[in-house]
Amino acid sequence: MRQLLKAEEFPDSVKKLADMIQEEEPNADDIALVGIHTRGVPLADRLYQHFTQNKKNVHIGTLDINLYRDDLSEAGDKPILKETKIDFGITGKTIFLVDDVLYTGRTVRAAMDAIFDLGRPKRVLLVVMAKRPGRELPIDTSMTVLDVPTAPTDNIKVKFVETDGKDDVTVLEKGEY
Amino acid sequence: MGSSGLNQKDILGIEDLERSDIELILQTARQFEEVNKRAIKKVPTLRGKTVINLFFENSTRTRTSFEIAGKRLSADVINISASGSSLSKGESLLDMAKNIEAMNPDIIVCRHSSAGASHILSRYLKASVINAGDGAHEHPSQALLDLMTVLKHRGSVEGLNVAIVGDISHSRVARSNIYCLQKMGASVSVVGPASMMPRDIAKLGVKVHHRLNEGLKEADIVMMLRIQRERIVQSPFPSLREYARHYGINHENINALKKDVLIMHPGPVNRGVEIDPEIADGPYSVILDQVTNGVSVRMALLYLLSGANSLSL
Repeated sequence: MRQLLKAEEFPDSVKKLADMIQEEEPNADDIALVGIHTRGVPLADRLYQHFTQNKKNVHIGTLDINLYRDDLSEAGDKPILKETKIDFGITGKTIFLVDDVLYTGRTVRAAMDAIFDLGRPKRVLLVVMAKRPGRELPIDTSMTVLDVPTAPTDNIKVKFVETDGKDDVTVLEKGEY
Repeated sequence: MGSSGLNQKDILGIEDLERSDIELILQTARQFEEVNKRAIKKVPTLRGKTVINLFFENSTRTRTSFEIAGKRLSADVINISASGSSLSKGESLLDMAKNIEAMNPDIIVCRHSSAGASHILSRYLKASVINAGDGAHEHPSQALLDLMTVLKHRGSVEGLNVAIVGDISHSRVARSNIYCLQKMGASVSVVGPASMMPRDIAKLGVKVHHRLNEGLKEADIVMMLRIQRERIVQSPFPSLREYARHYGINHENINALKKDVLIMHPGPVNRGVEIDPEIADGPYSVILDQVTNGVSVRMALLYLLSGANSLSL
């Protein structure tokens, strides 16, 4: 197990991401943070707090992508649905999808489909804590704190106090997860 | 990622469900409310799945509700009703079902006048079967939408007193609600004339009242049942007016009820018989909420069952 980010480094990481967001969309009212369940939600929330503390009124929402997954027709139990809550009009906004890790890109594909069912945003961008190789779709982002060269058998684990009891980012090798 | 533990191929009755199943269905239904409030009310979740509404009894509300639920999930929904079907040409239930199955549907929603019809279908078919009412036996999706309605107003049913009023003998809605409410921790009483009360109803653990005011005194929730004139061969009461006088909710007896009581009715309402128009349209009534919640509950059932057939066979 290799630690990539310690708890005390989280505030700086959030600030770094917030700065990138601001650079892309200077008009706060056009910034919409949409956290993808499960661990995109606490990250979006931290970003929202950061903007609020800096007197910037941005929009925030949560998104469950399970109804848009590409593997639902395969046999198996259905994923438990979580709350989709986007109570602002997304048309004309710059949507910042927020997730913990970018890996295959399939979650982001599903999230984009979900967003476009709700309206016509000006742009959709992606903000993640970490990205790793292994894309299965033409999706990428530069808005990340960590860009980690991992083996396909590795696993990146991003933890938040809200969901896991502590802030932490680690790489686990096969057998460790 | 959590996944569902609904270990059922079919939804035949509330009696077969665990409390955790009921909670999962309702938690799922709550998430579909968001879809139902969108400008574009459709998600691609059940694309390529086929749902057949097989209705051997008349129904507008339940059939439409299942149809809307399926369509909002992008399933292909086909409605078959008894009057226009080969059943009127003498085909047996099972032959008809097997022919439908040969066309590879994923979910069959069945309503039939005989208790156990959905059970028979489920035994012979690979497709998942949802019982949308079988005789006087069960109507599980109705009980689930009733529960959802109560939960949305009260947060919990634990410890609430629920009175079910009317023709308990002929009512699948009453039976499913008794099972459902008891599993969720409510205490249930049934109210109606002796001629409309099954002989062994107390065995289900409900209190039995024959006088409306006694039955409703303590009630937090009142579920009025419809007098099913089409189902009753020999009338168990002298006249509708007589029934309304003794067992109908009106602007006079409503004053004796708790101030925050909820009045429910599965529809269609016989106005002026089991419930007066001003009560049905009044502040205590949640009748139209029930209809709204029905779509979300049925979306949850279709979502949770889709794919279940390939799991268990």
